[in-house]
This record gives sequence, C-alpha cells and structure tokens, in this order.
Amino acid sequence: MATQMLEPITEQTYYLNFGPQHPSTHGVLRLFLKLDGEYIVEADPVIGYGHRGHEKMAESHFYEQFLPNSSRMDYLSGLIYNHGYVAAVEKMAGLDVPPRAEYIRVICAELNRISSHLLWFGTFIMDLGGFTPFLYCFDDRENLLDILDRVSGSRLTYSYCRFGGVAKDVDEEFISATRQFIERLRSRWDDYHNLVTKNVIFIHRAKDVGVINRELALRFGCTGPILRGAGVAYDVRKAEPYSVYPDLDFEIPTGTKGDALDRYMVRLQEMEQSLRIIEQALDGLPGGVVKAAVPHKVRPPKGDYYFAVESARGALGFYIVSDGTSYPYRLKARVPSYGNLQVLTDVLPGTLVADTVSILGSIDIVVPEVDR
Amino acid sequence: MAAAWNSLVNVLGPDLTRIVIGLVGVLGLVQINALFLVWLERKVAAHIQLRIGPKEVGPFGILQTIVDGVKLVSKELITPRHVDRKLYMLAPVAIFLPVLLSFVVIPFSETLQIRDINVGLLIIFAFSTFNVLAILMGGWASNNKYSLLGAVRSVAQNVAYEIPLLLSLLSVLLWCNSLQMSEIVESQSRVWNVFWMPIAALIYLICATAETNRAPFDIPEAESELVAGFHTEYSGMRFALFFLAEYSNMLIVAAVATTLFFGGWKSPPFLGFLPVPGLVWFFLKTYALIFGVIWIRWTFPRLRFDQLMNFCWKIMIPAALLHLVVYAGIIKFIR
Repeated sequence: MATQMLEPITEQTYYLNFGPQHPSTHGVLRLFLKLDGEYIVEADPVIGYGHRGHEKMAESHFYEQFLPNSSRMDYLSGLIYNHGYVAAVEKMAGLDVPPRAEYIRVICAELNRISSHLLWFGTFIMDLGGFTPFLYCFDDRENLLDILDRVSGSRLTYSYCRFGGVAKDVDEEFISATRQFIERLRSRWDDYHNLVTKNVIFIHRAKDVGVINRELALRFGCTGPILRGAGVAYDVRKAEPYSVYPDLDFEIPTGTKGDALDRYMVRLQEMEQSLRIIEQALDGLPGGVVKAAVPHKVRPPKGDYYFAVESARGALGFYIVSDGTSYPYRLKARVPSYGNLQVLTDVLPGTLVADTVSILGSIDIVVPEVDR
Repeated sequence: MAAAWNSLVNVLGPDLTRIVIGLVGVLGLVQINALFLVWLERKVAAHIQLRIGPKEVGPFGILQTIVDGVKLVSKELITPRHVDRKLYMLAPVAIFLPVLLSFVVIPFSETLQIRDINVGLLIIFAFSTFNVLAILMGGWASNNKYSLLGAVRSVAQNVAYEIPLLLSLLSVLLWCNSLQMSEIVESQSRVWNVFWMPIAALIYLICATAETNRAPFDIPEAESELVAGFHTEYSGMRFALFFLAEYSNMLIVAAVATTLFFGGWKSPPFLGFLPVPGLVWFFLKTYALIFGVIWIRWTFPRLRFDQLMNFCWKIMIPAALLHLVVYAGIIKFIR
C-alpha cells in the first residue's frame, strides 16, 4: 500500500464565526472572519437571519395595512420609517396633509432620531467596554420614549402617522414635556463629553479606526452619518427637502477623515441639530386639524413612485409600483443599513478583532432593517 | 477542646498546625471576601450608573451573592465534547490554589500572619504567576477559538505586566531593605512608602489592575469581543471558581499594595491614638483600594490589545526601570 504523503499545513489562518449569537453583533448579524492571529484577513457579513419578508407582505395588504410593518423594519427609527412610507403613499395618491400634522410628524421624527442616536451612543461605548454611559443615555432615552408613548401609544414600533395626517393630536403636556427634555439633554452633553469624548482610551479606540473615506462610502452607497463622517454633506432633509424641513433652520454636521471618531462626533452633533429642529417646530406649531379627510381605501393611480426621507441611519427610500388597485404591485424599501453594512468587507481586513466591534458599533447597523 | 488542640499539635507539630489552621481560615476569608466583593462591586456599579443594585435578598441585598452562589453550585457542570478533559477540569482548581497560598505571608495584623518568612514577598509573586498557567490551561483545553484567543491575550498581558510590577516593588525592597512582610510594615511606622515613592505605587496599582484582568485591561475576557474569553466554556461551580479566583486575586493585590505602600495594619500616624485594632485598619485600606479599582472599571472603556502591550513595553517598563535606578541612587547616597 502506497504511503500517502500528507501536505504539511502551511496556512496560518483560521476562520471565526462572529455571530449570529454574539454580544456585540447587534441582533443577528454573522460575520465570517478569516483571521491571522488576531488580524482580520477577510470579512464576509452573512445576512438573512432576521428576514421576515416585509416587501412581499406589502403586496398582499392594503396600503393602510402595511403601516405597522413600516416601523418594524428599523425598530430604532420606526417613526421615521412610518413617516417615509406615509409620505410616499401621499405623494402617489396626491393627498394633502394639514400643516399641523406635518409639524407634529417632524417633531416626532426628530425625537425618534435622537432616541436612535442615544441608543447607538450607549451600545457603541459598551462595545468598547465602557458600560456606564450606556445606562446614562438609557436614562435620557427613557424620558424620550415616555413622551413618544404619550402621543403615539407605543414605545418602539410607532404607527403614529396616517395617510393625510397623524393618528392623534398632541396636547400641552406633550409640548411642555418635550421642552423639558430639550433642556435636560442639553444639560447632559457635558456629562457625555467628560465621560466619553475626552476619555483618552476612547479616543485611542476610535481615532483612525475603520476609516471609510469619501470614495469608499460613495462606492458602497453608504449614507447617513457614515457618508457625512467622510466629509460629504449629504442629507435627504436638505438635498431633497420634504415635509416642513425647508422652513426650519439646521446644519448638516460633517467629519473629515471618516474614522469612527468622526462618525461619533457627527452623530452627537446631529442630536444637537435635532434639538434645534424640534425647538423651532414647537415654536411654529400651527393650529388646525391633524388629519385631512382621505378616502377609506387609498387607490393611487398607476405608475412608479419614489420617495426618500433621512432616517437615523441614512437615506431611506420607498419605491412603490402601483397598478391602480388598493394593493401595491411592488414595494421596495431602499434601506440605509444595507449599503452601510457592505462596506465592512473593505474596511475590516487588516484590522484587529477588537476593532471589529468598534467599527461595527460606529457604523450603527440594524440587522432587521438589512434583512427586512 | 484543649485536648483536641494538644493532640493536633502533637501530630502535626506547631508549625504545620499553624499552617493548616491558617489555610482553613484563609479559605473562609476568600469565600467571604468574594461574597462581599461581588456585592460591593454590584452596588458601587449600580450607584455609579444611576441604579440601585441588588436590594431584595437580605438588608441592602447583601445576601444576593449567597443566593447566586447556591444557583451556581446547583448548575450542571457541562463538559463540551471536544475538550481536553483532564486540563479542562484541572484549570479551575489550578487557578484557585496559588491564590489561596499567597495569603500565607500576608500580615493581617501585628500577630495575625500565618508564616512570617524572610522571603515573603517573593512567595507571593511566585504563586501569583501561576495564574497565567491556569488561564492558558483553561483556554487551551476548552478547544474554542474565543477561549484560545482569550488565553493567548491573557498570557501575553500577564507576562508583560509582571515586569514593571516587580520592578516597582524592587525599589520598595531597597528602601525597606527587606523581603519580610512584617519588617516592611514596621519600616513604615512613621511615613508610609506611598509618600516616599508615589510613582512606584502608581505603577504597581496599574500593573496590578492589569494582572487581575480588570477593566480597562480586561481584554482576556472582553465581553463584547470574546464573549467571555478563556472561561467561555465553563459552567456551574467551575465558572464560580474562576470568579472566586478573580476576586481573591483582587484582594491579594490590594493587600500587597496595602502592606508595601500604605503601612499595612498600622494606623495612619496621626490617628494612632484611636483604639482601633490593626486588622480593621488593614481591611479598611485594602477595601478602599479595591473600591478605587471598581470605580475605574465602571468609568473607563477597554484598551485594545496592541495598545495595551505598547503601553506596557513603551511606558510602564521604562518608567519602572528609571524609577528603580533613580531610587537606587538616592538610597546609596543617603546611606
């Protein structure tokens, strides 16, 4: 019997399944990592563990029935998704929205953006090993969720927007609670900056880590804080203004390098800008009804429609094909996290395992949004 | 009682009796310390984080850890299929034993010291280095990539931080001119060493934090990266032993710091008139130091592995070496 010569193993690399059950993959993301020691040679994000078929579901539901689904794609900025979907259908069917409702939508959407960014702030620092800031910002977020709970009846998956307006008018208490929250959050920035932004360990962990420059961000279709962190001042609220954003004064914070620290700073400044928007919207809140009379069943005319809003994670677009019935023929959601996640294949190689969590945290993906 | 005592002394001889009884006492101390420290850590963390912490079981939740311990004991000991069984089972014991033995030479008070050996300090560091071996054992035997990564990180980290730690202590030895714990305490009757050499104390405390794998140096068990590091695959009482060893280690390094830099069981010089026993001073100082370590853990994020090693090799070791040379010169000049 001939002796079979075994090839000696020269490969020094090995594979590591990072997720889908892992403390810092934020849901059910699986990263298939090829490692050389602790250095990453190849990274392959595997998605689909949170797939629920929302887009297909839309085809068998009335336009109204799809409303609750919209806020369940990205559960952290549900209200913005809600707003995006409702506004898209309104554009299709040519429905009018009372100005008061538009203002309320913007206020709630910006509150939702802050709540999403606050959660990101906490989890990002937790990924880096600091547990305390997480609970600080959850304390603030709790306050915020109570406000949104008061007006919409739910804390996470709001179906607050309706075709032609919003479900319920806001009351004085909502307005005063929101103003108090603005005060409160502004008084907390110092705490956050002292605890995290000025922390030398944090700066070491975030600076020059996971650089996503302009070219890379544009190539992968990254939007939101990632694109802005790379220095591109693209924000749907300014680029394709919708609702009452053109009447409000706010800035688009941008970074320069596109590293994790830039993305961190962009998000923190965005929260401050959101506070400004809410303040102005509260000041200019007009009276009147909050819901226009709309037909019982929406039947948009035949055609293709696209409408984009800026979610907490980037540009969110609804592409809806109507065949003239009360069901959408096809609904496609252009979700920001999808593009933002793809960039990992280019950014991760060459970094350490420890950087994986800080890069992943700084990108702020929501996996159910990617999978839909 | 007296008869039993006499027969015990007759059989074992006075020295061995002292050690046996001492070790049994230390075993009790270690358990109570772990129970107390886990509770303290949770309470302190809770108050830092605007929470209340455990409060249901016993007054201020002090019995919470006992209940947790009972839960851990009652858990199934899971042995995954592909582990190296012998090493896997040995590791939790191996990590715990050296910790226990280190307590032999610690002077808890003027009289309460199991053995006052003239190389006391050496014994402590000889034993505490065993730790690495046990962690590597556990991480390697678990046959899990996360465990292995944790073990490798731990070995690199502990070996690296051992150097500045010992260097910082060398200046203390030169200063006190002894390795014997009781003499080191005695030499601090008037002024604690920490006032003579604050930098050495700082280096020691930083390195000790790294030695005990506490945040911000807790990378071997970095939860967000390596799940639980080297003890990912351990359950039940085996996990509890790793836990116990971690908290006992904290006690050891804090006790050594107290003895070497903060005057041991002696009262602060200006409070000498208070009728407080040395034991109380000792534990007050030790737990004050531990409180500082806990405080740091719940404030800082974690360093990255390469940054940790850079910090050690490029800052800590040169600083410790420089400190040693400078102090050696000063001592030579004075005497």
